[in-house]
Amino acid sequence: MNLQQKPYALRLQVLDMVYRAKTGHIGGDFSVCDILNVLYNKVMDVTPENFSSVDHDHFILSKGHSVEALYAVLADRGFFPQEDLCTVSQFGSKYIGHPNNKVNGIEMNSGSLGHGLSVGVGMALAGKRQGKSYLVYVVLGDGELAEGSVWEGAMAAGHYKLDNLCAVVDRNRLQISGNTEEVMAQDSQDDRWAAFGWHTLHARGNDVVDLERAFQEAKDFRGKPTVILSDTVKGCGVSFMEGKAEWHHKVPTQEEYERAKQELLEKEAAAQ
Amino acid sequence: MEHAKEDKTLTVLCSDSRGSASLAPFAQAFPEQFVEMGIAEQSLVSTAAGMARCGLRPFAASPASFLSTRSMEQVKVDVAYSHTNVKLIGISGGISYGALGMTHHSAQDIAALASIPGLRVYLPSDRFLTQALMEVLVQDNDPAYIRVGRNAVEDVYDAVPEHFQMDKALTVKEGTDVTLIACGELVRPALDAALLLEEKGISARVLDMYCVKPLDREAVRKAARETKAIVTAEEHSIFGGLGSMVSQVVGESHPLPVKNLALPDEPAIAGKSAEVFAHYGLDAQGIAKAAREVLA
Repeated sequence: MNLQQKPYALRLQVLDMVYRAKTGHIGGDFSVCDILNVLYNKVMDVTPENFSSVDHDHFILSKGHSVEALYAVLADRGFFPQEDLCTVSQFGSKYIGHPNNKVNGIEMNSGSLGHGLSVGVGMALAGKRQGKSYLVYVVLGDGELAEGSVWEGAMAAGHYKLDNLCAVVDRNRLQISGNTEEVMAQDSQDDRWAAFGWHTLHARGNDVVDLERAFQEAKDFRGKPTVILSDTVKGCGVSFMEGKAEWHHKVPTQEEYERAKQELLEKEAAAQ
Repeated sequence: MEHAKEDKTLTVLCSDSRGSASLAPFAQAFPEQFVEMGIAEQSLVSTAAGMARCGLRPFAASPASFLSTRSMEQVKVDVAYSHTNVKLIGISGGISYGALGMTHHSAQDIAALASIPGLRVYLPSDRFLTQALMEVLVQDNDPAYIRVGRNAVEDVYDAVPEHFQMDKALTVKEGTDVTLIACGELVRPALDAALLLEEKGISARVLDMYCVKPLDREAVRKAARETKAIVTAEEHSIFGGLGSMVSQVVGESHPLPVKNLALPDEPAIAGKSAEVFAHYGLDAQGIAKAAREVLA
C-alpha cells in the first residue's frame, strides 16, 4: 500500500472503531490521518523495537480526542495487534477514548487540551541537555490554541530555541461549537507563533506530498522551533462529513457507516 | 547539590522562584541541570514531566499555592496519570507568606493533590526530616509532592532520625492517654503541647505524620487502640487534609474521640506564622487545650 492510499485505510479503521464503539471523534480523526500517516511512515524514527529506549523520535497527540486515528496508525506500524482495535472504548479496555501510556507506542497521557506542547518542550530540552539527536513532534488542534498553557509552552520553546521541536496545528477550522473564527478567532497564527520565537511553515494538511515537504523543511531549519500550520478538512475523506462541525463526535448510523465505507474504499482504490 | 554532582540527570526547574526556593546557588553551580521556566507554573510541571519521560530526574520547585492549584491539572495528567518521575517541591507552603493573603496561602494543597491517584504527598517537619526524606525521594522513581515552609522552624529532631523509614510515621514522643498527630510545621508545636500536657499529668504520644499520603494507617490504628483520644494538627484547611484522613481511618477501624485542628473555612488572617497559628489555636497551648477537652 502506498503512502497516498494509507490514509484511507487508516480512515476505514477509524470508521470501524467509532461505529463499533458508538463513540469517538471521527471528524478530527479524519482531518489528522494524513499528518499521522506521514509522521509515522516517513518522518519519525520510532518503532516497536526502539520505543522502550529514549533514543527515538517522540510524539505527543496533544489533541488527544483524535486517538482513534493514532490507534489506527500505531496498529499499522506494529505497536500492537490489529485485533486490539476491536476493543477500543469497550468496557475495561486500555484503548480508551484518549491517549494513555498503557498502550504500547503512546508516551504521554493526553486529552485535556493545552498540555502537549509544554510536555514536548520538556522532551526537547532533555534531548538538548543530554546531547541526544532525537526530534519531538506535537500535534495540536486549532481550537486547542485558545488554551493559555499552549502559549506558556510556545514561549519556553522560543526562549530555549528548541529546534528539535516541531509543532503541527491541525487547522481544520472547526471545533465542537462551530467555526473557530466565531468561537475564538485563530487567524493570524503566523504572527502569533513568530512573536513567540518560532519558525512558521504552512502545509496542505491532507496532502501527503506537501506534508513530507514541510516536515523536511522543519528538520532542516536550525535555531528555532518550527510550527507547521496544516490546513485540513474536518471529516476529510467522506463527503457528507467534510467541513461539518456536527461530525466532531457524531457516531454514524448504519446507513451513514456504509456510505462512508464505500466512499473511503473508492478513494483508497483511486489512490493506487 | 551533592546528589547533583553525582547524578547528571538530576535537574531542577523553577518558575522565577530561585530566590524563594534558595536555588540560586544550585543554578550557579549546575547551570546545565537547572531550568528557568519564568512565571508559568503550568508549563513548569508539564515540562518537568516531558523531561522525566526522556530520562532526566526533574525536581519542579514553585510556591505551593500556585504549584498545587494553578498547576493541578498538569500534576494530575502529566505527572500522576502519565506516571512521570517528577518531584514537585511546594515551597513557602501553608500560610508561610502570612500577610500576603489567600492568593499566596496553600491551605488546599493536601486536599487537592492527595486526591490524585498515584501521587504521594509529604510534609516534613524540620530540616533533618526533610533531609532524610529527600535522600529517599532523590533515588526513587515515582512522582511525589513535597511541601516545605518558608521560614526557619525550630527543630523536632537533634539529627537525621536514625529510625526513619519511608512512609512510616515517626513517634516523636511515646504516650498513653492521647495521641497528637501532626504534619509539617505543626509537629514541633504538637511536641511542645505534649510537654505542657505532661506537666498536667497527661501522657501524650506525638506522631510525625510527614507521609500524609500514603498515610501510615497502622500507626493511626495503633494510636486509636492504645490511647483514649486523638488530636490532629495541620497547617491546612479543615477540609480534606490530615485530620480528614486520620478521622476516616479511626472511624473505620476503632472509633474514638478525634479533634481536628486546622485552618478554618475562611481566608486566613494576616500575620507571621506564629501569630496566625496562635490565633487559630494551632500552637502548643491550643493543641494542649484541645487534647484536654477531647479527653474530658
